[in-house]
Amino acid sequence: MTTTTATSKKKRHIALGCEGSANKLGIGIIAHDPLTGAATVLSNIRHTFVSPPGTGFLPKDTARHHRAYFVRVAKQALAAAGVSVSEIDCICYTKGPGMGAPLTSVAAGARTLALLWEKELVGVNHCVGHIEMGRAITGAENPVVLYVSGGNTQVIAYAEQRYRIFGEALDIAVGNCLDRFARALEISNDPAPGYNIEQLAKQGGRVLVDLPYAVKGMDCSFSGILTQAEEVVAQMKKGKKGPDGEAITPADMCFSLQETVFAMLVEITERAMAHVGSNQVLIVGGVGCNERLQEMMGAMAVERGGSVYATDERFCIDNGIMIAHAGLLAYETGFRTPLVESTCTQRFRTDEVFVKWRK
Amino acid sequence: MAATEEQQFPLPKILTYPASAPPSLIAQGAEGRLYKTTHLESGLPCALKYRPSKPYRHPILDARLTKARIAAEAKVLDRCYREGVRVPAVYALDAAAGWVMIEWVDGKPVRQGINDWLGERPEDGTPAASEDETPLVDLMKRIGEAVGNLHRTGVIHGDLTTSNMMLKPWASRPSNAGDKAKAVEGDIVLIDFGLATQSSSDEDRAVDLYVLERAFASTHPRAERLFCHVLDSYKPSYKKAPSVIIKLEDVRMRGRKKSMLG
Ligand SMILES: Nc1ncnc2c1ncn2[C@@H]1O[C@H](COP(=O)(O)OP(=O)(O)O)[C@@H](O)[C@H]1O
Ligand SMILES: [Mg+2]
Repeated sequence: MTTTTATSKKKRHIALGCEGSANKLGIGIIAHDPLTGAATVLSNIRHTFVSPPGTGFLPKDTARHHRAYFVRVAKQALAAAGVSVSEIDCICYTKGPGMGAPLTSVAAGARTLALLWEKELVGVNHCVGHIEMGRAITGAENPVVLYVSGGNTQVIAYAEQRYRIFGEALDIAVGNCLDRFARALEISNDPAPGYNIEQLAKQGGRVLVDLPYAVKGMDCSFSGILTQAEEVVAQMKKGKKGPDGEAITPADMCFSLQETVFAMLVEITERAMAHVGSNQVLIVGGVGCNERLQEMMGAMAVERGGSVYATDERFCIDNGIMIAHAGLLAYETGFRTPLVESTCTQRFRTDEVFVKWRK
Repeated sequence: MAATEEQQFPLPKILTYPASAPPSLIAQGAEGRLYKTTHLESGLPCALKYRPSKPYRHPILDARLTKARIAAEAKVLDRCYREGVRVPAVYALDAAAGWVMIEWVDGKPVRQGINDWLGERPEDGTPAASEDETPLVDLMKRIGEAVGNLHRTGVIHGDLTTSNMMLKPWASRPSNAGDKAKAVEGDIVLIDFGLATQSSSDEDRAVDLYVLERAFASTHPRAERLFCHVLDSYKPSYKKAPSVIIKLEDVRMRGRKKSMLG
């Protein structure tokens, strides 16, 4: 354990994190104060692969994007952080879950840095990265976590050194539902389909288009809603009228979809909060940037005498800093990922990770 | 979860009429509030389940959900009661106003019973070698039977957790068990049918079991390994149960896949 003695003498611990489980390539550098545990973001650089309207991002193209930008983004992150390579303790990378090809191309980049600079590697669970970053930024101690992104919809609560999944989407993730709906409406994917739905929805509100509402206990389902919403979009293009006799607009559709799916998310979160007896809720993941979702969650939390914690797009949307942060937490407990084990896995449950850094 | 500050919320109108006993707020759940009050006769305690409107929800959606759920809950309770499934009887209902008045069930939630039994056990959940787990295993078996009984009648609960089952103490069986065993004694009474639906498909039944399995694992990680006894006693409880258990494996696989994609 020579490294442990070496690091404990230093003032601060520093990690570089690499993320690329979906269409964002992110590299960030974080510092932890070993005495107070305080985390400082030194840099957080991201480059997103944006596909044309009406299309989604394919693994092959996304992986190519990540490979093409890895060196550039890494150099920027290093320059922005103002640290020298020698100060870095470890290289953290997303082990999973996510899309195979993009994950492996970023892992190859991380391995290269580790070998080049003679640093240790730490493989990180992407979901745990989101949760730990959310806790660090907001200061939420022990919240129920709603993790909502393009690939995941989970309601999570911490118990006995694991992040346990209380509820989840039984079919497609909520972000996937929004993204595919944006494709049906041919809304731009720049900067993100969900963001553009949110902006359009602000012009809606005149009518609420009836969509199925599918909650089962603490689980929910979105594919039926997507099918129905796509159906209404097709009718809308043929001039379908709303309940008030006026033509339905894309803004009405965005509004109605958001109101319905977010109500479902708030409901399953509230059920988990009641179940574990907590009144704090933390929203993480890309969909968590949505201000309407934050507002609805806030209204629910206030009624329960608690509050909602959320972060902005820098930390909500996939990024390298969250991987650096969660990786460094594990590193500080002695966790390492030997080179031969530095693989990726598309499937990696949040509750598989032993959370040694929490009591 | 019992409410400490009673009456901090505005009461539903039905509870503002002169009643023989003042209502007390028992639980502030996710969906709504549960009051203990009396119905017509002061000697007949009952539970009033009230779903106030949710401020975060669009008013049209809110009204639609509140009304549909209270009505569905009452309908399903009626059906179960008629079919001999142990649930609270329905006394009165006003769906648009968001309340249903049901039989009061004495006892405590199963969740509490299990936690009382487990006490301060080490994390891996292995009991001391000397410990006789039979009472807890028996409870698991009664849970399996209760769920099987429910499914037999064509009802899907939709929110099976150990909070949504009551342990009603055995009146007729004087118990000479120790305090610890008493914690897990009693008949299972299923409650909270707010998300219930009617279905006899293997798929819906299997999802119902899956919801319970996961709720159980996350609520009682230390007793997770005993969940198999729930399924064991579910299996012979009605004709189609074995095929539901097979379907459950599919549902598990799907659940695992979905929750692991980044
Ligand atoms: N009929 C009843 N008799 C006694 N207690 C009840 C009854 N129904 C519910 N409770 C208690 O109130 C709590 C909340 O009721 P529940 O019907 O589960 O509502 P919620 O939808 O809020 O979860 C239960 O966990 C239980 O402790
Ligand atoms: Mg309940």
